[in-house]
Amino acid sequence: MTSLDRFPFDRCASELLVALRVGHVTSEDLVQAALAQIEKYDPHVGAFLAVRGEKALDQAREIDRRRARGEKLGLLAGIPVAVKDNLCMEGEPTTCASRMLANFVPPYDATVVARLKAADAVIIGKTNLDEFAMGGSTETSAFQKTRNPWDLERIPGGSSGGAAACVAARMVPLSVGSDTGGSIRQPAALCGVTGLKPTYGRVSRYGLVAFASSLDQIGPLAQSVEDCALLLEVLAGHDPRDATSINRPVPPYRELVFQRPDAIKIGYVPEMLSDGVSPDVVRTMEETLNVFRSLGAEIREVALPHARYAVATYYIMACSEASSNLARYDGVHYGYRTDEKAMLAELAEERRRLQQEGNLAALDDLDTALVRLYRKTRAEGFGAEVKRRIMLGTYALSAGYYDAYYLKALKVRRLIRQDYDQAFERVDMILGPVTPAPAFRIGEKINDPLAMYLFDLFTVSANLAGIPALAFPAGLSTEGLPIGVQLQGPPLSEERLLQMGYLFQQVTDWHRRRPPLIENDRLLS
Amino acid sequence: MSMGERPYKIVIGLEVHVQLLTESKLFCGCSTKFGAPPNTQTCPVCIGMPGVLPVMNRKAFELAVKTGLALNGEIARFSKWDRKNYYYPDLPKGYQISQYDLPICRGGYLDIPAEDGEGTRRIGIIRVHLEEDAGKSMHDEKAGRADSRIDLNRAGTPLLEIVTKPDLRSPTEAKTFLTELKLLLNYLEVSDCNMQEGSLRVDANINLHIPTDDGQYVATPIVEVKNMNSFRAVERALTYEAQRQYEAFLETGHKLGDVPKQTRGWDEDAQITRPQRSKEESSDYRYFPEPDLVPVTITEEELERIRATLGELPAEIRRRLQTTYQITAYDSDVIVNQGRAFVDYYCRLAQGCGDGKMAANWVQQDVLRTLNERQWTIAQFPVSADNLAELLRKVRGGELDTAKARMVFAEMVEQCCSAGEAIQRLGIVQVDEGELRRLCEELVAANPRVVAEVKAGKDKAIGSLVGQAKKRNPNINPARVKEICLELIQRQS
Repeated sequence: MTSLDRFPFDRCASELLVALRVGHVTSEDLVQAALAQIEKYDPHVGAFLAVRGEKALDQAREIDRRRARGEKLGLLAGIPVAVKDNLCMEGEPTTCASRMLANFVPPYDATVVARLKAADAVIIGKTNLDEFAMGGSTETSAFQKTRNPWDLERIPGGSSGGAAACVAARMVPLSVGSDTGGSIRQPAALCGVTGLKPTYGRVSRYGLVAFASSLDQIGPLAQSVEDCALLLEVLAGHDPRDATSINRPVPPYRELVFQRPDAIKIGYVPEMLSDGVSPDVVRTMEETLNVFRSLGAEIREVALPHARYAVATYYIMACSEASSNLARYDGVHYGYRTDEKAMLAELAEERRRLQQEGNLAALDDLDTALVRLYRKTRAEGFGAEVKRRIMLGTYALSAGYYDAYYLKALKVRRLIRQDYDQAFERVDMILGPVTPAPAFRIGEKINDPLAMYLFDLFTVSANLAGIPALAFPAGLSTEGLPIGVQLQGPPLSEERLLQMGYLFQQVTDWHRRRPPLIENDRLLS
Repeated sequence: MSMGERPYKIVIGLEVHVQLLTESKLFCGCSTKFGAPPNTQTCPVCIGMPGVLPVMNRKAFELAVKTGLALNGEIARFSKWDRKNYYYPDLPKGYQISQYDLPICRGGYLDIPAEDGEGTRRIGIIRVHLEEDAGKSMHDEKAGRADSRIDLNRAGTPLLEIVTKPDLRSPTEAKTFLTELKLLLNYLEVSDCNMQEGSLRVDANINLHIPTDDGQYVATPIVEVKNMNSFRAVERALTYEAQRQYEAFLETGHKLGDVPKQTRGWDEDAQITRPQRSKEESSDYRYFPEPDLVPVTITEEELERIRATLGELPAEIRRRLQTTYQITAYDSDVIVNQGRAFVDYYCRLAQGCGDGKMAANWVQQDVLRTLNERQWTIAQFPVSADNLAELLRKVRGGELDTAKARMVFAEMVEQCCSAGEAIQRLGIVQVDEGELRRLCEELVAANPRVVAEVKAGKDKAIGSLVGQAKKRNPNINPARVKEICLELIQRQS
């Protein structure tokens, strides 16, 4: 083992791939480094729900052997990667940070996991998330909190909080998350890393435990744009097992990212820099616009008139689809089931009591054993936020309300998409904030769901419109917390976004800053 | 009681579910074969595991289009999938993927033979759509335990739901409709419609229109009848239910709208319907478009391509057989009911022997009987249509009488040989006409009493001469002997 930087994962993946190829370092070295970093910092950060150290080392050694034999290896050969725990991995628990799936071990790999394996990536472990990806702070995880490596009292963002935090804390160079209403971009921004939500359908959803089917997308998180490009190329592509996946060739993102795009017009929406948005964010946006100007981009104002309906539209659609997607968690076929004996005893006791009281009406209405099984399993298996969203969704879809809510949301969604289509006739991409403020404190908004939901106001539109969006660090708040911005583009314009992001990272160094936890190697006592 | 005699009009609509004859399920690649051990034809998709996604089976879609076309319905050029949400252990995802407001086919009709035998009755179709089947739940009530067992082999099997207009006017008509539908779907190779194997299930909606004194009528509440396991059970259940509704009306006077729609289950053992607690009571299925599947569009070219695969349909075939081969409706029914291969056999036979009626008799009696006895299909039948035609030509030509022909037929079946070979093997020799004549002259001369009886008008007496001729020479053609003897006797007087 040759000497490495103090934090091997300060280097981007493409550098590490070169180092591996020329033999400066082995995959086993990298995995050992990852495991050491995790052992040191994760007790404080809590990014990982599960670390498969032995298996990862075995895999790494095997890749080293194959490399020594001169065999052809995949694009990510030997690189440690972390995967959000709502992506199914054969033989490994996939819990979605929920009691409901605490004991669920999938018999199959998600397509993206299969692609990672085919690329010879070494999957180190599964990262923490908001339960069933429902949340913006990773606080709704049933198992543990994840803390922002920049300030352990603050949230890392969500729902891919673990995936963002482990990259920020230099535990792995690459991680894979999912984004339904901002769940890659928002934690990326709050943790000072780069994250991409691809065009809807660019990456197969097969094996991603569904939250909102028409909004979910899987995407890369890394410290740099070029690493995101590399990982995206591995993840993307048509999948016959996902009827919504796009059947178009995958461009060589990992090469295209370095190309300088022609005259780019970047739009921004002035309203997004008005009240409600923290001054730090406004300042970062203005500075970022200046950087792009200096890079030769033409900056224009654009309008997205229906953006103010985006949060409401998003929550109606996402919760409606979720209420249906989560119906399968009923304790019958897999996952958590309530204690049947206790349940039956409880029911028998109720029946006895009602019979004694002579309450025939209530007796008639009494749950059957099946219904009581469903009720208790779901009451015990799901956390509060998940229940809240299921109830909202069930309500929005129910007879008499469907037209006013779900159908209406479908229509507004189309209008939001049309806003973007029209804007993209005038500009190539739109720059905007990711969040209205930097990371808030743990516990600050958890009892105010509406406030939590409103924090999503800048990210949900991209999911509603199905367009790609790249989030990258662009500044620090006065308190030293990361602030991210995002570039949104037309469908299948990932190359352009990556190219502009790469250019930005050539002339700035926000993405290279390290959280104090790591920088000062200071542990919180 | 026939339709004319009842004091009320019966109104029946049927909701039929048929399983499609595809290799795999509607949204995954699992086999749809019947009879496998429980939970062996499943995969993460049809079990509804976390993270899985449905992918549409094109063949199933084509079969649905085929059916819609054969039922003269309007095929939707754009149709989509919807989720029907409810909780039940045999529905692992907690929703069924179905079609709600844009089904693959709307409208259409099926003509069925009228009950009185005169012509046909047109039964309207409201819609035809595709959906996935649920699994099976079985209740295992051994001593002390009350377990429910779920077998998901069936979950995800493609179903076609066919909803008729309430055009059926009697339980018998309902049975006839199902029989005709089964025949059609068999011919289309869409489904084998086997109720015993569950590939056809039917629920009925039935109510009565009872005439009032002022020339109007009052409608009774609609009842949904379920759990009928055979076509005959459908007929019996609806017969019982109609009468029950009439009696209930006389007792309570309830009209349509007075009480909520009832669901009743047919009890085959007790031969009655019983009220059922409907498992999804005031069910709100919260239908919404299935986000995991894209809508399906079909072009005119594809529609025509599928239309070209329909083939001749039972109703057309019946008509053709009747006009071309001069056979009765009954005969054509029997033949058509045996399937396309049997129809082809019959046509070849009829053409080959030149007598449609004769061919019809032979296939209905001799061929069909043999097939049933030996459990053969027509494809396995060792006597080709051409060979049988040769035999029938000999009968028509007078070479063989029917009795001998049956012997030859049996030999042909046993030995898989031609008519000529069988005749040789059996040692049947045709008696020369001259020899026959001489024999008849002898017999007529030797039997004056018989001759006298025949002359007196008792034609049947000739039988004794035929019997004697047979004893003298087993190879004689009895019909020919009878003809010649009668002729001789006539000439005498």
